[in-house]
Amino acid sequence: MPPSETTQRVAVLAEPTSRRLGVAFGATLLRDLNRVRRRRGEVLNPLVFYALAVSLFPIGISPEAELLAVMAPGLLWVTALLATLLSLDGLFRSDFDDGSLEQMMLSPQPLAALSIAKVAAHWLVTGLPLALMAPLLGIMLALPFHSMGVLMASLALGSASLSLIGGIGAALTVGLPRGGVLLSLLVLPLYIPVLIFGTGAVQAAIQGDAVLPHLAMLGALLAAALIFAPWAIAASLRISING
Amino acid sequence: MWGLIHKLGSPKWFYYRSAALQPWCWGVATVLLLVGSVWGLVFAPADYQQGNSFRIIYVHVPAAFLAQSVFVAMAVSGLVFMVWKIKLADMAAAAMAPLGAAMTFVALFSGAVWGVPTWGTWWIWDARLTSMLILLFLYLGVIALRGAFSRRDSGARAASVLAMVGVINIPIIKYSVDWWYTLHQPASFTLTSRPAMPMEMWLPLLIMVVGFYGFFIALTLTRTRSEILRREANTRWVKALLEEVN
Repeated sequence: MPPSETTQRVAVLAEPTSRRLGVAFGATLLRDLNRVRRRRGEVLNPLVFYALAVSLFPIGISPEAELLAVMAPGLLWVTALLATLLSLDGLFRSDFDDGSLEQMMLSPQPLAALSIAKVAAHWLVTGLPLALMAPLLGIMLALPFHSMGVLMASLALGSASLSLIGGIGAALTVGLPRGGVLLSLLVLPLYIPVLIFGTGAVQAAIQGDAVLPHLAMLGALLAAALIFAPWAIAASLRISING
Repeated sequence: MWGLIHKLGSPKWFYYRSAALQPWCWGVATVLLLVGSVWGLVFAPADYQQGNSFRIIYVHVPAAFLAQSVFVAMAVSGLVFMVWKIKLADMAAAAMAPLGAAMTFVALFSGAVWGVPTWGTWWIWDARLTSMLILLFLYLGVIALRGAFSRRDSGARAASVLAMVGVINIPIIKYSVDWWYTLHQPASFTLTSRPAMPMEMWLPLLIMVVGFYGFFIALTLTRTRSEILRREANTRWVKALLEEVN
């Protein structure tokens, strides 16, 4: 006799808590990735914005290679930061609109853990592609070739912190009808440390200085964000859902 | 102990108790600010390098002190509100936020005015100036977030969370901006390496700093009291109070 749905559910409940949490985490992550796979435009838009916004600077300031090379680390980082910011509004929006967030809140797993899964999915489809795409734009900005690796590493590491910190802002504003501009006002000041060490790493690589201290600071920021952000995101989501 | 905290958390109890305190706070603050201003602006000796322009310090430094303390006070109030659900803490936080933002602006503006005679420029991307500017944006974010919610309670809790996130970030921002500044350019002028101040300059500054804090306490008290009346407008005791006045 096949096990009924009730016995299956009991079996799930009888599993150790850590494993159940792992299953819920994985399911949330896969669900978000699947959703992105079905609507590819949402992944491409921040990348297109990144390329477009970066190409505005040579047009607006100067096409001279020497000048661009000086500004390239900052331009690539600031634009990546803005591209992340644009994608943040969608982080919880659709789940808020269709009620999935309420289901997550009601589930026995802590909301903080499930929100890290969502943030991880956001990083995989936004931060990581931005980091992979950056060298292409770096070449167009005459960024020295030997600093490309550091550019990618700093963006990959830093954008994870950007997703986590941005998640707090997204969670705070998800219940508001026009939260987009407010979101940027909340999140951008908190992004400044990441920006400083991210551009610092690339500049150090260009000048041949030690890169590791900057990357280590980015890692430290990520560790701190991993500790604090999930709780802030979960608390903010509760406020947004109940409000 | 808990009884006192519960009493303190009651808006009605606080409203009646603070009525006696309020004039004292305003009185002390006014006297200190008057004495400090007159002493600092008239009687303190002029600086041998900066002349009279150094007197901006008597507004600039107290405002900068307050700008940072108010944010911490706001975050602590937010924590108290979130943990113990004491509404009074949130009323105080709401009352403080605009004052903190205003003080940050005053510190930045007076610094810019001071920069012209001493540095020869309105603005430089000095580490301190930059982190104060970021602090101003943090304040504006907290105020804007509170205003964006249609339900007051949600806005209050959201602002509390953001204030706490901000207060964790302020030291991180401060140190990273310091690092960034030392990386980019050597400090051509630092506020810290100034020669020690003589007593007749330093005492009025101390009085001004205490006076600014007194002003902050008095204004927060008054604003919290009016916030209590606004939020409790439908309760029996506020209605009775209004009838008494009329």
